[in-house]
Amino acid sequence: MTIDRPLLRVENLTMQFGGLRAIENLSMHAYAAQVTSVIGPNGAGKTTFFNCLTGFYRPTRGALTLSHPRRGELRLDAMRSVNVARTAQVVRTFQNIRLFPRMTVLENLMVAQHNTLQEASRFSIAGALNLASYRRASEQAIDNALTWLGRLGVRDVAEKAAGDMPYGVQRRVEIARAMCAGPILLCLDEPAAGMNPRESAELTALLRSLAKEQGIGILLIEHDMSVVMKVSDHIVVLNHGKKIAEGCPAGIKSNPDVISAYLGEDDDSSSDELMPHERSAHA
Amino acid sequence: MSATMMKESDLSLRIRDALWASVVAGLIGLPLLGLTTRDGMHGLQVETRWPQLAAFIAIAFAGRFVLQTVMHRFKIAPKRRASTRPAPGVVDKGALAWLGAGCVAFAVLLPALFAGNRYVVDTATTVLIYVMLGWGLNVVVGLAGLLDLGYVAFYAVGAYTYGLLSTHFGFGFWQALPVAGALAALFGMVLGYPTLRLRGDYLAIVTLGFGEIIRLVLVNWGDLTGGPNGISSIPKPTFFGLPMAASGEGATFASVFGIDYTPGQRVVFLYYLILGLALLTSLLVNRLRRLPVGRAWEAVREDEIACKAMGINVTNVKLSAFATGAMLAGFAGVFFAARQGFISPESFTFPESATILAIVVLGGMGSQLGVVFAASVLVVLPELGRDFSEYRMLAFGVAMVLIMIVRPGGLISHRRATVNVPSEAKQ
Amino acid sequence: MKYGGACTLHRLRTSLTGVDMSQALQQLINGITLGAIYGLIAIGYTMVYGIIGMINFAHGDIYMVSAFIAVTCFTLVASSGISSVVATIAITLVVCIALTSAFGWTVERVGYRPLRGSSRLAPLISSIGISIFLQNAVQITQGARVKSIQPLVTGGVNLIAAEGHHGAYVSYTQILIVAVTVLLMCGFTLFINRTSFGRQQRACEQDQRMMQFLGYNVDRIIALTFMIGAGLAAVAGVMVTLYYGVVDFSIGFQAGIKAFTAAVLGGIGSLPGAMLGGVIIGLIEAFWAAYLSPEYKDVATFVILIVVLMFRPSGLLGRPEVEKV
Repeated sequence: MTIDRPLLRVENLTMQFGGLRAIENLSMHAYAAQVTSVIGPNGAGKTTFFNCLTGFYRPTRGALTLSHPRRGELRLDAMRSVNVARTAQVVRTFQNIRLFPRMTVLENLMVAQHNTLQEASRFSIAGALNLASYRRASEQAIDNALTWLGRLGVRDVAEKAAGDMPYGVQRRVEIARAMCAGPILLCLDEPAAGMNPRESAELTALLRSLAKEQGIGILLIEHDMSVVMKVSDHIVVLNHGKKIAEGCPAGIKSNPDVISAYLGEDDDSSSDELMPHERSAHA
Repeated sequence: MSATMMKESDLSLRIRDALWASVVAGLIGLPLLGLTTRDGMHGLQVETRWPQLAAFIAIAFAGRFVLQTVMHRFKIAPKRRASTRPAPGVVDKGALAWLGAGCVAFAVLLPALFAGNRYVVDTATTVLIYVMLGWGLNVVVGLAGLLDLGYVAFYAVGAYTYGLLSTHFGFGFWQALPVAGALAALFGMVLGYPTLRLRGDYLAIVTLGFGEIIRLVLVNWGDLTGGPNGISSIPKPTFFGLPMAASGEGATFASVFGIDYTPGQRVVFLYYLILGLALLTSLLVNRLRRLPVGRAWEAVREDEIACKAMGINVTNVKLSAFATGAMLAGFAGVFFAARQGFISPESFTFPESATILAIVVLGGMGSQLGVVFAASVLVVLPELGRDFSEYRMLAFGVAMVLIMIVRPGGLISHRRATVNVPSEAKQ
Repeated sequence: MKYGGACTLHRLRTSLTGVDMSQALQQLINGITLGAIYGLIAIGYTMVYGIIGMINFAHGDIYMVSAFIAVTCFTLVASSGISSVVATIAITLVVCIALTSAFGWTVERVGYRPLRGSSRLAPLISSIGISIFLQNAVQITQGARVKSIQPLVTGGVNLIAAEGHHGAYVSYTQILIVAVTVLLMCGFTLFINRTSFGRQQRACEQDQRMMQFLGYNVDRIIALTFMIGAGLAAVAGVMVTLYYGVVDFSIGFQAGIKAFTAAVLGGIGSLPGAMLGGVIIGLIEAFWAAYLSPEYKDVATFVILIVVLMFRPSGLLGRPEVEKV
């Protein structure tokens, strides 16, 4: 078995806002065709990490390197958000859903394919004249969009305004939109928020198959531990901006540092069971 | 005012409310209506107009009472909207398409329907200029969500380009049109560039500033622009080279088509010219809306950050919106100059920008048809009140406020989707 | 631009070689006075924007209404036999502030409160309609012609005496305006920062919804904000009547644009920023008109605004609004 080169290398990432150190000396790897979860209590720096990754914040220190299959090694920390998405093909979703509320779901997904379509429309001239080449590209884009909507189980709302949808549907539309943008690294910020157990199980299965079949890397911020444990190949745990643990799900589950910082009990156990560190106090 | 009280105290509440209204009316009416100053022998003297003030207070009382009664009667709660963004659903294209087709048909037939009534055709021509301006500004404000308060600057660029090119270099209407459009588009990008990083309201004041700068330059750079006197003797457009005149050197429209020349012909010609320009504008904007660039405009309006996260170059998108809107205003400016034969900076003031913005907002942002209705209302209303010239602008202001209160989303607040699921895929 | 440019340079050269020290001081005085007036109006813009996020286009016309009320009041007081200048100004200030605040209240109640919660542009258009209405209402009720009154406060102090009119002279009116403005600003800052209403007002700016949940009468807070803004504009109106002695129904628009520019320049939402912006614009106008070209002084104002915004997109003292990603 060959050792894959990591798709994403994070080296000594530090993000400081004035006096506040949101992320301190974070180093980790994420691999293609794998799902890596980033977990931690609220305020641990997870979304800040995403923002650094996708060019919305400029890191104070450190390197974020993406091994693009065609474009070589790309330093994400030196790129603007537009280029991170466009050149490095790192696409993300947001903690507060950022759909285009007054546009339809289908239009949202078409916008995600803007760069492809814009090229096909040749400065809008081919588009304005409705040349065959543009028409074909447009039909393909619609097809692609509908396919992804179908895979996320939201095909039937394609022509509804995105802002009118229930929360869970919006989350899934956002993921479908992100896939339409053709990522090689997909960053999902709390994708299972607002989902019931059946939906999150479907999401888990979908994410695992996405990673394997598309060969993309998936980076996940999530609070729902049942999803995290089942979907991840690899987990990184943050607390107060620092990495406190990294490894496979089984290892993380039993890691005492992680438990004391955050986990306590996972969703399956009963609520009146004492947390591990409380047991000794009562003994 | 709770509506759950008993009938008698309901009435007393309403009376108290109306009394309160009349007190306020008294306070604001007193200094302006009740009192005024007239030039007397030794400077100003104060004059009183108590009857008018009393009438004003009485009207306020009665009006407020009636309003309360009506609202109570029909159980209309005071309008208080939730502070979430309205997300109008996408409505069926059928009804709107029929309405649109009807309007086009009416517009085409108008000179025939009102044959001989030059005034109507003239007014309709003015309406169409504003429709075109409205559609242009719609691209910037309605589609791209960029609050442009200085749109009149591009209108001026178009007008003055034609004015100068025709009087100094002998350019004809059709030759100047593309030049003016290109120049206006360039101005659009130049003026749009400093606004790219600005939040909506800062953008507004900067664009307003640009509008004023252009106007001040027009007024003061006399050598180039003729200053406050403007440029005159601007030639009218020709019908493919045939001038619409009584007689001239060579062929005229009348002579070629073997008919007697009447001044009315030129009016009708101008009308059809602007109608053509407007229809082309509509086609262009509709087409662009359905292209990636048009969708990008709307996406940038909805959420800039999400756009960046999908690799869309927001700068280019915004600049293209500015350029397109400006180009259309430039075209309208050329027509305006050609129709008037004379232009001066007075036609390009902030109230003009405000009127065009009002047309876009009243029409319902992003709605093509809405702009048509709004332009008709905003141009025709003052015309109707021509006899009451003093009061017509007063009524105009009131109308603006009322329309916004009654329909804050504009006349047509629905949005047509730019792409639909193909029918085969629907099964 | 050649002709205009050469003339400008020529004027600049002669200005600089002339008695420039006193000229500069004079323009400084003029600029600060004008700036104080702009600042008072600008605060109204920035307060309203801060609390409900709208640009109140009618605000400049509120200021204009106040100027007209001042003219009427001055005339009335003069004809009633009161000869004390202090009393006249005091009475006029009180009357103008009271009545103009009523206008401010009415405008908010009629034009903006029904639109609260709808799109950002609806109140903007409504304010444009109200602006048109006010201008025409004043035109109809007070006449379209300019109104002028005799100067009430005459005389001043020669700071630098010189031959002809090259000295630096500060009139008592100018001192009055600046003094009133400074006093008002101090009192107002105390009010906003120390009183409970001030706290409520600032809280509303931060989170209106929360204030509603906490049981505060947000409507009243907003209405009072408008009234305060109008009151400050009223003072500006009285001051400008004293200063120039001439009013007409169109002064609202010009002053309004300048004041709004001042508010944006200083950072919209920031009260000291509004005053700072006002003073800067007053100074730009005075200096540019004196040394370079009066015709283009407004162009200079806008160009400087644009340059500042390019480097500080939130204005000079504005808090950069960071959108949470």
